[in-house]
Amino acid sequence: MGNLKIFTRAFIKENPVFILLLGLCPALGVTTSAGNGLGMGLATTFVLVMSNIVVSIIKSQIPNKVRIPSFIVVIASFVTIVSLVMEAFMPALFDALGLFIPLIVVNCLVMGRAEAFASKNNTFKAIIDGMGMGLGFTLALTLLGGLREILGAGAIFGLTIFEGDGMLVFVLAPGAFIGLGYLIAINNILKKTTEN
Amino acid sequence: MEYIVIIIGAIFVNNIVLAQFLGICPYIGVSSKVSTSIGMSGAVMFVMTLATIVTYLIYNYVLVPFDVTYLQTISYILVIASLVQMVEIVLKKVSPPLYQALGIFLPLIVTNCAILGVTILAVRPDFDYTLIQGVVFAIANAIGFALAIILFAGIREHLDMVDVPKDMRGAPAAFVVAGIMALAFMGFTGIV
Repeated sequence: MGNLKIFTRAFIKENPVFILLLGLCPALGVTTSAGNGLGMGLATTFVLVMSNIVVSIIKSQIPNKVRIPSFIVVIASFVTIVSLVMEAFMPALFDALGLFIPLIVVNCLVMGRAEAFASKNNTFKAIIDGMGMGLGFTLALTLLGGLREILGAGAIFGLTIFEGDGMLVFVLAPGAFIGLGYLIAINNILKKTTEN
Repeated sequence: MEYIVIIIGAIFVNNIVLAQFLGICPYIGVSSKVSTSIGMSGAVMFVMTLATIVTYLIYNYVLVPFDVTYLQTISYILVIASLVQMVEIVLKKVSPPLYQALGIFLPLIVTNCAILGVTILAVRPDFDYTLIQGVVFAIANAIGFALAIILFAGIREHLDMVDVPKDMRGAPAAFVVAGIMALAFMGFTGIV
């Protein structure tokens, strides 16, 4: 598989959220606005790329039996770094994302890429895969956050688009599920048209 | 009274799946049949309760006294992973029928964010729970998870027979149904 293909497949064809249904908890939990979705996506991308790099470097050193616990330790270390850095430099975003920052550890996307890709490929490919998957995840979160922000609050990235009250339900929990359902359906249609 | 508030709050008002978005992966992944969702709920309840007890003790008697609370994430996930492994080995020896019922769900639980989420929430300073309250909180959250996933599985079994538009079939329709369920649970807002 070419490097470009590894990079771009995560956007529509193998989008982690819309197609693989990985990392759904943060995808639903933090996307009350496009900004939060973007922040969460970039934080996850960082963890994903860094853990992919480390896992692909140490893959031949770790015995097969303890590989999953070792991956978890690597991932958890980078999550702790992200969490401390974000708390220091972006306290507002840190408060908005809250519990979902430590929960990047159990984001099945990060673990899934370490196990399925980084532990079998060289470091360069692992970086590309991490970037692609991370940005695909970011794209999905920003789209869902943007959709919910526009419909729920009439704004995008905090800029007002229309005045008055939006549909509050889209800012609250049910809107996350319904919005994601329709985005997956749209992505299915896109996938079909690009394949034909 | 405070226990009732914790229980009602965790099951209905702040339902772990439908209001807090934790444990969505098993909620979508193993909810195609009612029987498997019951097995998953049992495994979650078992591990969530045990993990909360262990991590509560570790947080308050190891991490806080040594002032290393920034190791919370990394130590919790290791504790949960080894706990799940241990539970699997013990169950296999002690109670084969229970192992038969829960066995295949146990490895999946390590990456169930509901477990890590609840163990982190149970020691949050603004809750200030005692150990007993923490355990009650964990059990109530597990019941909330069970309620949400079993109801959802019941709906999904019927959803397979319904004529939904082609591009909405499968995951998209399931998410819309989950949204409607979350809407129903929002009706409990404000009762405690």
